[in-house]
Amino acid sequence: MKPPTDLEAAAAAVLRPVEDAPSVENPAEGIDQSAGDFSYNVKYDYDAGAGLTENTVRYISDVKKEDDWIREFRLKALKVFQDKPMPTHWATSDLNNIDFDKIRYYLASGQKPKRTWDEVPDDIKKTFERLGIPEQERKFLAGVEAQFDSEAAYSNVKEIVAKQGVIFMGSTEALREHPEIFRKWFGKVIPTSDNKFAALNSAVFSGGSFIYVPPGVKVDMPLQAYFRINAENFGQFERTLIIVDEGAEVTYMEGCTAPKFSTATLHSAVVELVAMKNAKIQYITVQNWAANVYNLVTKRGLAHEGAEIKWIDCNIGSRLTMKYPGVILKGEGARGEVVSIALANDGQHQDTGAKMIHAADNTTSTIVAKSISVGQGRSTYRGVVHIPKHLKGCKNNTECDALLINSNSRTDTYPAITVRGDDHAVQHEASVSKVSEEMIFYMQQRGLTEAQAMSLAVNGFVNDLVRQFPMEYSVELKRLIDLEMEGSVG
Amino acid sequence: MNTLEIRDLTVALTATPDQPIVKGLSLTIKTGEVHAIMGPNGTGKSTLSKAIAGHPAYTITGGDVLIDGASILEMEPDERARAGIFLAFQYPAEIPGVTIANFLRAAEQARMAEGENIDAPAFYKKLYAKMDALKIDRKFTSRAVNDGFSGGEKKRCEILQLAMLEPRFALMDETDSGLDIDALKIVAEGVNDLRGDKLGVMLITHYQRLLDYIVPDFVHVMYDGRIVKSGDKGLALELEAKGYDWVKNELATPVTA
Repeated sequence: MKPPTDLEAAAAAVLRPVEDAPSVENPAEGIDQSAGDFSYNVKYDYDAGAGLTENTVRYISDVKKEDDWIREFRLKALKVFQDKPMPTHWATSDLNNIDFDKIRYYLASGQKPKRTWDEVPDDIKKTFERLGIPEQERKFLAGVEAQFDSEAAYSNVKEIVAKQGVIFMGSTEALREHPEIFRKWFGKVIPTSDNKFAALNSAVFSGGSFIYVPPGVKVDMPLQAYFRINAENFGQFERTLIIVDEGAEVTYMEGCTAPKFSTATLHSAVVELVAMKNAKIQYITVQNWAANVYNLVTKRGLAHEGAEIKWIDCNIGSRLTMKYPGVILKGEGARGEVVSIALANDGQHQDTGAKMIHAADNTTSTIVAKSISVGQGRSTYRGVVHIPKHLKGCKNNTECDALLINSNSRTDTYPAITVRGDDHAVQHEASVSKVSEEMIFYMQQRGLTEAQAMSLAVNGFVNDLVRQFPMEYSVELKRLIDLEMEGSVG
Repeated sequence: MNTLEIRDLTVALTATPDQPIVKGLSLTIKTGEVHAIMGPNGTGKSTLSKAIAGHPAYTITGGDVLIDGASILEMEPDERARAGIFLAFQYPAEIPGVTIANFLRAAEQARMAEGENIDAPAFYKKLYAKMDALKIDRKFTSRAVNDGFSGGEKKRCEILQLAMLEPRFALMDETDSGLDIDALKIVAEGVNDLRGDKLGVMLITHYQRLLDYIVPDFVHVMYDGRIVKSGDKGLALELEAKGYDWVKNELATPVTA
C-alpha cells in the first residue's frame, strides 16, 4: 500500500484539510497507567472527519485509491445502512445512544505497512509493548499484523508461511494485490444487508486481515493480529476475510485492548471465513474493550464438505457487545463449533452467543458458552440453531452456563433451536450458579484475599474453556479476569 | 514457641447474636501440643473453630482470641490464615475448575510480599516431597479442589494443604467424621507426621476412635458451649467408657443441688 499522491491528498483536503484535523483529546496520556488505559498523541495524516455521508465514503475510497467496484460496493452499503432500522425490537435500546454524527469513520497516519520491527516508529512500538506483544513471541508466531487505528502499521509475514504460498496481509493491501481472490469471496458469507452494522462496516471498512491458505497447506503456527482503537470517537471498522482452500488448515488469533476514553466509541467489524472441502479454521479472539465501547461485530464462517470451523471467542469489557459468531454448515459432514466466554462488569452488557445454520446432511455443531456477571453487569446468551426438515443425521450440542458474582448481577438466556425432521440429535443444557459464601470463606481460610478468592473461583469456572486457548492467551485471559474481579467485592 | 489463647470467648450466629453457642470458653494451645476437644453434637465445637477462623456466619460477642498475645479478632479470615491459623473443614467446599496444585500455589503466592513471585520449581519440589511423605499419588493435585471427591479424598486434600501451608495452629474440625477406618488412618498418619514443636493442634472429635491413632497431650470435654472437664488422654478413655451422659449427669448435679 502506498500513501495517496499529492493530487489525491489535495482532493481529500477539500473534504477536510489535513492540517486542520482536530488534535486528538487525550485524557489518558502517558504510559504509567494500567494496561489498556492509555493512548498516545498521534498526528493523523488522513481524517474523514465526524459524521457519515456519501462524501465520507468517497474520501475513504479516494485515500485508499480503490477500484470503482469497491467504491460502488461501499456506497450501496451506505444506503442499506441508512435504510435499515436499529434492531431494537429484539436488542437493547442502548443502541439508540450511538450518535453516528459524532463518530469519525476514518483516520490513518498514512504509513506503509512495515516489514521489519526496526522500521516501526518508536511511539507505535511503545503502544505494542504496552499491549504486551513480547518480542520473543515473534519467534514462534508466523506473522504479526497489528492494526494501529485504520491502517496496518506493522506487518510481518515470516518466510516459512510465505514459502508455503500463504497470503497474509491487511485487507486494504489485499484488495489491491489479490483482487481476484478477494472479490470472489468478499461479502459472500455476510452480505451487506445482513444487519445494520454489517452494512455500516461494508460502507466504511478499513484495515483488518486477509488470509489465503492454498490447498493442502497446514499452517502450524498461529497467525496473529492485535487491534486497537486509538482516537476518541473513532469507530474501528476492520474487515477480515480468511479463505482456506481444500484440505488446508490455519489458526488465527486476534486480541484487542482499547484506551479508556470518556465518550462512546464504536467498533463494528465484519469477519468472514471460508473453509473449502476438508479445510480447518480456528479463529481465536480475546477482547478487552474500554467500558465506553460499543462492540457490534458480525462473524460468520462457511464450511464446505468435511470442513471444520471453530470460533473461540472471549469478550471482556465494552459498554455493549453484540456478537454471535456463526457457521453455515454447507457441505456434508461439516462441523462448526463456538466456544464463548463473556464477562460483564458494572455497567456492561455482553450480548453474545452463536449461530449454527445446518444446510447439509450429517453436519455437527457444538456451542459452549460461559458468562460471568459482576456487580450490575448483564450477560445475555443468544443462540440460533437451525436444522431444516429435508436434512438427516444432523447433531447439535448446546451448553450455556452463567455465573453470578453479586446478588444484583443479571443473566438471560435466549436459545432459539429450530429442528425439523426426525433424524437429528439435539441436546441443550443450561445452568446458572452463584459463587457461594462457603467457597469464598474456604479460599480465604487458606490465605487468599476475598478478591483473590473471587478471581480464582471465576477462573475455575471458565478453566475448561480457557485451556483451549493458546498458552499466551490463557495467561493474558487469567490476568484480565483478575483485573476485572478487582473491586467486585466488599 | 507460639501460643494461641482463647480467652473467655462467647460466640453466636451472626443472625442471632443474643443466643450464644459458645459461652465463655478459655483454652491455651502452644505449638508442640495436641489438644483434643470432645463433646456431644450441638455443643459448640465446630462453632468454636469456625469463629476462630473468622467465618462470617458467626459473631464473637465476647472475649478474645490471641496469637502470642495479640488479638486476631479485627483480622479478616485471610489475614488470620496468614497469621498461622489453619482450619481443616468438616465439610470442605468444592472449587470446580481449580486444581489442587493451582490452589496451593495461589495460597502460597498470597503469603508472599507484594511484587514477589513464587518460585515454581521450588514449589513443585516441596509439593511432591509432601505428597510422597503423605503417600499421596501425584495425579491427585491435577484434580479440581474437592470437586466430586469422596469423603476420604476430601480429608486427604485437607491434610495435604495443612502440610504445604505449614500453619502454626491447626484447628481440625471433626476431621474423622464420615471416614472409614482406612481413611481415618490416613488422616491420623498425616497429623502424626506433621506433629512437632512448630505446630499446635486443636483436634475436634465426637468419637474416641481417632484418639486411638492420634494420641493427644490434653483432652477437653466441651458441653453446652464451655469446657467442663480437662485432663490427659485418660479422660478420653473414661469418656468412651462412660459416655457423654456421664458428663451431663455430673454437670447436672451441682445445678439441682
